[in-house]
Amino acid sequence: MSFTNPPELRYSRSHEWVRIDGDIATIGITDYAQHALGEVVYVELPDVGSHFAIDAIFGAVESVKAASDLYTPIDGEVLAVNHTLFDAPEQINNAPYEAGWMLQVRISTPNTDLLDAEAYAQHCEGLAH
Amino acid sequence: MSLAEPLRRTVLYERHVALGGRMVGFGGWELPVQYRGIVEEHRAVRSDVGIFDVSHMGEIEVHGPDALAFLQWVLTRDIASFPVGQAGYALICQPDGGIIDDVFVYHLADRWLVVVNAANSARDLAWFRQHAVGFAVTIDDRSAQTALVALQGPCAEALLHAFDAGLAALPYHGVAAGRITGIGDVRVARTGYTGEDGFEIFCDAADAGALWDQLLAAGAAPCGLGARDSLRFEACLALYGHEIDAQVNPFEARLGWAVQLDRSDFIGRDALRAIKAAGPGRRLVGFTMVGRGIARSGYAVHDIDGTPIGHVTSGMPAPTVGGHLGMALLAGSAAAPGARFDVIIRERPVRATSLRMPFYPSRRRRTRD
Repeated sequence: MSFTNPPELRYSRSHEWVRIDGDIATIGITDYAQHALGEVVYVELPDVGSHFAIDAIFGAVESVKAASDLYTPIDGEVLAVNHTLFDAPEQINNAPYEAGWMLQVRISTPNTDLLDAEAYAQHCEGLAH
Repeated sequence: MSLAEPLRRTVLYERHVALGGRMVGFGGWELPVQYRGIVEEHRAVRSDVGIFDVSHMGEIEVHGPDALAFLQWVLTRDIASFPVGQAGYALICQPDGGIIDDVFVYHLADRWLVVVNAANSARDLAWFRQHAVGFAVTIDDRSAQTALVALQGPCAEALLHAFDAGLAALPYHGVAAGRITGIGDVRVARTGYTGEDGFEIFCDAADAGALWDQLLAAGAAPCGLGARDSLRFEACLALYGHEIDAQVNPFEARLGWAVQLDRSDFIGRDALRAIKAAGPGRRLVGFTMVGRGIARSGYAVHDIDGTPIGHVTSGMPAPTVGGHLGMALLAGSAAAPGARFDVIIRERPVRATSLRMPFYPSRRRRTRD
């Protein structure tokens, strides 16, 4: 099975995507991640103003079956949270890179360890075996 | 790194993959957690009819002159009253009353069949053989050559009727043998693990593909382990390793109805008699989340003053009933109706309140058998 990984985004090995625009990063989970989770029925996100270091747990997405922690791929302060996901968590399945976005963060320290789309696709391919 | 043995596959493995099943490990077996989606499959069973491959379950046959006496010794339930053609739920307990497994027992024409959890199958078989000394019984592990398909939902009877009217007319917890053209010999029981009416169909592993294909063609929706779990959860049916295990006794798990103390002796009777007399120290409690969050298996539960009182055994959003529900083994007065307590979700206490079980009332009549 193949998954969509937009080339303009950067990716973490824990399946978050990052769209960087100046010092603002928008964060969500990847198409691969939403597929692996199945139907998302519940989302927990942090308060605006919280600050997270790279790889800190910032929330959780849950299917009927299981809860999965979310890890920040960016060191920074939360500027905005996608509140529409609380009532419509299925947006994460339906549009993981658009309506399914989760956080906007002001970047404190750039993360040089993120993958490009091709490297992330290879990372996912490796997990399948 | 895992040193676990490789996962086993049921005879229907290729069909699950062809149907788009997402294969996962469960109890040592590789099985589909879902095909199209857990919620969709859950709803198919509540409103129509679904099929599950449960061939991973273990089938142990017991026969010989002492078959009944032996089973009365290793099981908590008094099954002496089961006529031929009747099945029922029972427990295997340790001498201290801890639950080794929960099983379904079927009284067949010339022997008894015990269906056990896949993950416990080898241990159950060893336990039976160890305790069979002195009984004139033969214990056969039939798991490898037996396939098992569960047909569950309000339309299960009508679907089975098209194959065999007699089998479709079985009473609740009845079991009978039959022969279905184009499939072969089957054994059908009106049993299940979903809270709905339905049947479980045993057949030779070689015939399972034809059985599966014909039930699918007749309109049953393929359903995976995810829906099996959410369905049994709403019906508050215990899952070994969650509500029950060797550290839990039947009275704690509200399974006292499957223990008859005033009959012939059985393994665990003395301990269970003492536990019942003293009253269990903790009880299985159903609950609904009041605060935002989903309780999951293993999460701690505190009373509203912050004192630990137990843990969540199962929890999830309930697709039919609605709400974020759970079951927990809790000490003290938390079992009282309307009791309030906190589930610790990602290190934060989230309020919950007790909820009467079962969350989803079984569609079958209320008698246990």
